[in-house]
Amino acid sequence: MSTTQLPFPGLRSGVELVPTSDQPQTGKEYTSDQEVRWCPGCGDYAVLKAVQGFLPDLGLRRENIVFVSGIGCSSRFPYYLDTYGMHSIHGRAPSIATGIATAREDLSVWVVTGDGDALSIGGNHLIHALRRNVNMTILLFNNRIYGLTKGQYSPTSEAGKVTKSTPMGSVDHPFNPVSLAFGAEGSFVARTIDSDRKHLTSVLSAAAAHRGTSFVEIYQNCPIFNDGAFDAIKNADTKADAIIPLVHGEPIRFGAPDSSGNGAKGLIRDSETGGVKIVEVADVGESAILVHDAHNPDPSTAFAISRLTDSGYLNQSPIGIFRQVERPSYDDQARAQISTARAAAPGEPADRLAALIGGGDTWTIV
Amino acid sequence: MSKQVKQLDRVIIRFAGDSGDGMQLTGDRFTQESAVFGNDLVTLPNFPAEIRAPQGTLPGVSSFQVHFADHDILTAGDAPDVLVAMNPAALRANLGDLPKGATIIVDTHDFTPRNLTKAGYDANPLDQLGDANDPLGEFSVQPVDLTGMTVEAVKEFGLSRKDAARAKNMFALGLLSWMYGRPTDPTITFLEKRFAKVADIRDANITAFKAGWNFGETTETFVVQYEIKPAPMAPGTYRNITGNLALSYGLIAGGVQSGLPVFLGSYPITPASDILHELSKHKAFGVTTLQAEDEIAGIGAAIGASFSGSLGVTTTSGPGIALKSEAIGLAVMTELPLVVVDVQRGGPSTGLPTKTEQADLLQAMFGRNGEAPVPIVAPQSPGDCFDAALEACRIAITYRTPVMLLSDGYLANGSEPWRIPEVDDLPAIDPRFATERNKTVVAKDGTESEEYWPYLRDEETLARPWAIPGTAGLEHRIGGIEKADGTGNISYDPANHDLMVRTRQAKVDRIAESLPPLEVDDPSGRAKVLVIGWGSTYGPIGAGVRRVRKAGFNVAQVHLRHLNPFPKDLGEILERYDKVLVPEMNLGQLSLLLRGRYLVDAIGYNQVNGMPIKAAALAEAIGGLVADAEGVTVDLTPASISTEAAQ
Repeated sequence: MSTTQLPFPGLRSGVELVPTSDQPQTGKEYTSDQEVRWCPGCGDYAVLKAVQGFLPDLGLRRENIVFVSGIGCSSRFPYYLDTYGMHSIHGRAPSIATGIATAREDLSVWVVTGDGDALSIGGNHLIHALRRNVNMTILLFNNRIYGLTKGQYSPTSEAGKVTKSTPMGSVDHPFNPVSLAFGAEGSFVARTIDSDRKHLTSVLSAAAAHRGTSFVEIYQNCPIFNDGAFDAIKNADTKADAIIPLVHGEPIRFGAPDSSGNGAKGLIRDSETGGVKIVEVADVGESAILVHDAHNPDPSTAFAISRLTDSGYLNQSPIGIFRQVERPSYDDQARAQISTARAAAPGEPADRLAALIGGGDTWTIV
Repeated sequence: MSKQVKQLDRVIIRFAGDSGDGMQLTGDRFTQESAVFGNDLVTLPNFPAEIRAPQGTLPGVSSFQVHFADHDILTAGDAPDVLVAMNPAALRANLGDLPKGATIIVDTHDFTPRNLTKAGYDANPLDQLGDANDPLGEFSVQPVDLTGMTVEAVKEFGLSRKDAARAKNMFALGLLSWMYGRPTDPTITFLEKRFAKVADIRDANITAFKAGWNFGETTETFVVQYEIKPAPMAPGTYRNITGNLALSYGLIAGGVQSGLPVFLGSYPITPASDILHELSKHKAFGVTTLQAEDEIAGIGAAIGASFSGSLGVTTTSGPGIALKSEAIGLAVMTELPLVVVDVQRGGPSTGLPTKTEQADLLQAMFGRNGEAPVPIVAPQSPGDCFDAALEACRIAITYRTPVMLLSDGYLANGSEPWRIPEVDDLPAIDPRFATERNKTVVAKDGTESEEYWPYLRDEETLARPWAIPGTAGLEHRIGGIEKADGTGNISYDPANHDLMVRTRQAKVDRIAESLPPLEVDDPSGRAKVLVIGWGSTYGPIGAGVRRVRKAGFNVAQVHLRHLNPFPKDLGEILERYDKVLVPEMNLGQLSLLLRGRYLVDAIGYNQVNGMPIKAAALAEAIGGLVADAEGVTVDLTPASISTEAAQ
C-alpha cells in the first residue's frame, strides 16, 4: 500500500462553476405551482420563504440548481421550489446529492433534511458527506420531534421527553448536530433559527459560497407535536440570555447589555476543563473574552462552544457560523483525476474502447 | 533421453495449495498459456473466504481448475485428470474429486509431520506408495521435491529461504507447462512486467519457471509429454477473459455506445469487488467510481448521477441487493436508468462469499415493497458478461428503468477464450435527453402554454422523457411518492395509482418487443424433453445435453438471457415439449416463475452446494426424463459413449 500526493484543486467559491443568470430573478420564479401542504404555523414555511427570497440573490441559472430531500415533513421542500429536485427515500438524500454533485460540477446542490432523516436513519450518509466534503449545502431542519409519523421522539429530543412512543419519558440521549458535524470533519458548520429571516439568509449566503459540504442546522418549530421547543431563544424576554451569537472576529458576548451596550456575559477558555465557560464580563475584563474565530483550522474551540447547547429543554444555544475552513472537496478531486486521465488518453472513445477490449494476451484465428 | 509424446483431446488440471501458495496465479498463468496456444478452455477458481486461513490446514486450501481441449468445451470439467498438490491439506481436500487413475503431483517438501497432522493424516501417505494398503493406490502419484529444487535453482539470487521457496509455484507451472507443451513466452513476459521493480524476485521466479520446465525435460520421473492440439474456433481475435473483467468492459462499452459518462457507486463485496477495481482504472473513459460508505449510499450516488445525466451503475452481491432494495424501488418510481449488478454468491445472509449460487433470482424479481417490476438480464458464460452488461445498459437507458444484471461467482472468477467483438458491431444506445417542453396546456381562458411533463410517455416504449439539470425550462421534481400520470405531481388518487402501477408493469413487459426470438437447440427436431436454464448453468447444461445426444437420444436446450420480461415466444416453446427440466443452482426459482407464468409442469434439477453443476450427474437426470418421455431405456454409462463426448 502506498499513498500519493493529491493535487490541490485550488480554492473556489461553492458556486463558482455554476452558470449565472443574466436576468434579474424574483422569488416568484422559484415558486412552483404546487400547493404547500405543511401544517398552519409550521416553521418550514418561514424557511421556504427565506430560501425563495434568497435564491434570486445567488444569481445562478435556475435550471442549474438541484434540491434533494429524504423523508419527513421538511423533505417536501423540493416540490415547492421551481428548480430541479428529487424527493428521495428516508435518510439517503446526502448519498444521492453526492452522486449529483460529483457527476456535475455545474450544479448548485442542496439537501433538505430533518433531525430524524439526517441523524437517525441517514446518520451514516450525513457523516460521510461531511467527511468527503462534497460541494453541497445541507439544511437540517431540527424540530426535535418526528412530525410526519405523528409525534415520536427524535434523536435530538431531550432525555425524559414524553411522546407517543415514550409514555414514561425517553431514555435516549440526544445528539448535538453541530458537535456531531465537527466529529465528522465538517468544514462549514452553522446553526440558525427559522424565525430569524435575516440571520437565516446570511447563513445561507455563506453556506452557498463555501466550497465543500456546508452544514446548517435550522431550529424549526413544530406547532403540532413539539410547540414551543425553541421559545426560550425566540421570546423577546429570554432570547438575550438564550442565544450565544457567534460572529467571526467578534468577542462572544450575550445576555442583557451592560453599560457598554454589549452583552454582560461572555465566553472564556476554561483552563480546568479545556473547554469554554460562561462568565460575567465584568468579572474577567473585556480582553479576556474569547474572540470567535470560525477560520481556526483546529476545531476544538468550536466544538467546545457547541457543547454550551442545552441537551434538555433549550434555554441556551450558540447561534451562527461555528466553523468555516477550506479543505479540498471530494467532487473537485474526483473530477480532477478524470480530467488528468482523459488528457493522457487522447483519441476517439470508440477507438480507445477497441484498444481496451483488444488488449492483453491475444491470438488470432484466420 | 527421448520422451514419448501422447495425443490427448482434453485435460483437466487442478492446482491446489495453501492460500498463500499462489495457486490462483499459477492457474491463471497456465490458462493464459493454453489460451495463447489456441486450446478452448474453461476455468474454475475455488478459494476460501479467509485471506490467509491458518497455514497448512484444510480450510486454507485454495485451488484453480483449468479444463483445456482441442475442441469446443463448455465446463471446467467434473473431475480433474491431474492434481498438483503443494501440501498434505491440498492433497486431502481434493482427493475425493479425483477419478481412478488420475495423476497426482505432490510437493514432498511440505509433507512434514506437522503439516500431515494439520491435514488430519496419521501417517504420511507418500511413505505407503506401492504398499498393499497404499491409500493412493488408485492414482498415479509423482512425488517431487518442488520446494527443494526451487530453492536450489534460485540460490544465486541470495534470497531468504522463505522468499526463495515462494517461487515454487512457478517451478510447478514450468513443470506442467513442459508436460503439456505450453508456450512459455507469455509467462516470462508476464513475470518481467509483474516484478519489474524487484529484480531478484523477478529473476528468481523466471529461473524457477524455467527450472521446472527443464526438470520435466531431463528427469526420468516424467517420461510422457502430452499434446493437446489447438481447438478449431471461429475466425477472429481472441483473449482469455474472466466474467468480472468482461462485465466491466461491457459497462464501459455501455458508456461509449450511449455517449454517457458511467458513474459507479459501489461498496466492496465478494465476489463483485473486482468490477469496482477494474472500472476505477478507466477514468480516461470518463468513468467515475465512488466507493461509498455502504451499499445504500452506493446506489444512492448512482441514482443521483443518473438523475443528472450519467449512466448510473451499482455493483454488489446478494446481501448488498437486500440493502439496496428500497433504493431500487426509488429508481423504479422515478424511472431513471440504472444498472444494478448482482454477482450472486451462496446465501442466505453472509452465506458462502467465495462460492457460487443462483439463488437471488426471486430477490431480483420480487425483492421490493409494492409492485416494483425490474427487468432482469443474465450472462451465460464469462465472455458473455460483456454482451449481457451492454444489453442491461441498453434496456436501462432506452426504458428509463433500473435493470438487474445477475452474474454469479463462477462466471465472475472463471474464464474462457473470448472472441473480441468489433466495436463497430456493438449496438448504439440513444439516451434521447429531453430538450424541449412536451405538453401544450390550455388554461380556462383558452390561452395555451407549453409545459414540461416528466411522465408523458413514449408511445412505443412507454419510457418517460429524461430531462437533466441544466436544461432550461424543463425544471421538475421527481420522487418516491406516487405520481400523477403525465405531470408527475404528487397524487394519492386511487384510480391514478392503479393506472401508474399497471403502466410501470406494462413498460417492463414492453421490453419483450425488443427481444430477438429464442434460439432453441433441438437438432433432431424430435426431442420430447426440453432443458431450460439461465445464467452460468449454460455450460453444464450444454455438456449434459451433449452426453445424452452422443448416446443417441434426443433432447432440446434453450437458455434464457432475459428473465424479466420473458421473451415473447417462450410460452409457445415450452408447450412444444412433453417434459421441461430446469437445472438451477437454487431450490427451483426459475421453475417457480415458469410454472406461475405458463402453467407448465417444470421439473427442477437443483443443486446448492456452492459449486457449478456437474455435467455427468445432470446428464443422468436428463436421460431419466428422456426415458420417461419416450418410453425407452437410456444408458449413458461411459462404456456406451467415449469419454471425450462427455464434453
